[in-house]
Amino acid sequence: MPGQGQMKVNVKLFAAMRDATGADRVTVEAGTVGELAEKLGGRWPAAKPLIDRSRFAVNQAFASHETVLREEDEVAVIPPVSGG
Amino acid sequence: MNDRIEVSSEPLPEHVDVSATTAGGVAVFLGCTRGETHPDGRQLVALDYEAYEEMALKQMHDLAAAARSKWPIERLAILHRVGRVGLGDPSVLIAVSTPHRSEAFEACRWLIDTLKKDVAIWKKEVWDDGGTSWVDPGEPGS
Repeated sequence: MPGQGQMKVNVKLFAAMRDATGADRVTVEAGTVGELAEKLGGRWPAAKPLIDRSRFAVNQAFASHETVLREEDEVAVIPPVSGG
Repeated sequence: MNDRIEVSSEPLPEHVDVSATTAGGVAVFLGCTRGETHPDGRQLVALDYEAYEEMALKQMHDLAAAARSKWPIERLAILHRVGRVGLGDPSVLIAVSTPHRSEAFEACRWLIDTLKKDVAIWKKEVWDDGGTSWVDPGEPGS
């Protein structure tokens, strides 16, 4: 359903994802997490392999690609973590 | 129940007290920066840690709650540092006290393993030529 339920969401970018895009936050129009991933990959083709291996967080919890986004959501790309 | 859970740019404390009169075992794990030689001969000088702090703290609180549901934990601490951590210095500290030692070892092991898998923290290697590289656990050798 392109064009339907598209929200402008603010997306936080960390670590390798921030370096790959040169930004620590971007605004993307997307209805779901999956759409968001696709749009980010379209905007930064070089970061696509990293995006494909990243998880996504909505309101500071991991979210599936099917998760529907609302404008006030806090969304973040979580590249493979390496804490500890 | 007074868990101590922190993400901070300050050096980790030398000692974290999780003792309790009902705890016969205390397990403490420290994860430290280990010196490495890159395949091209460069030497590692430090690790730079970054966190999505709000999420990482929430996840660490969730880990503490999950550990409490699995083991009879008296007190626990999960501390993670951000910023530059030099060779030999600790970046993460986990301390758990339980009635008996086996539970303390198990809980401590589970907490560090799960933290490394899920918590929104990243580290970047800093090499002696000034070069840096994000650690990617999906890549061999990392």
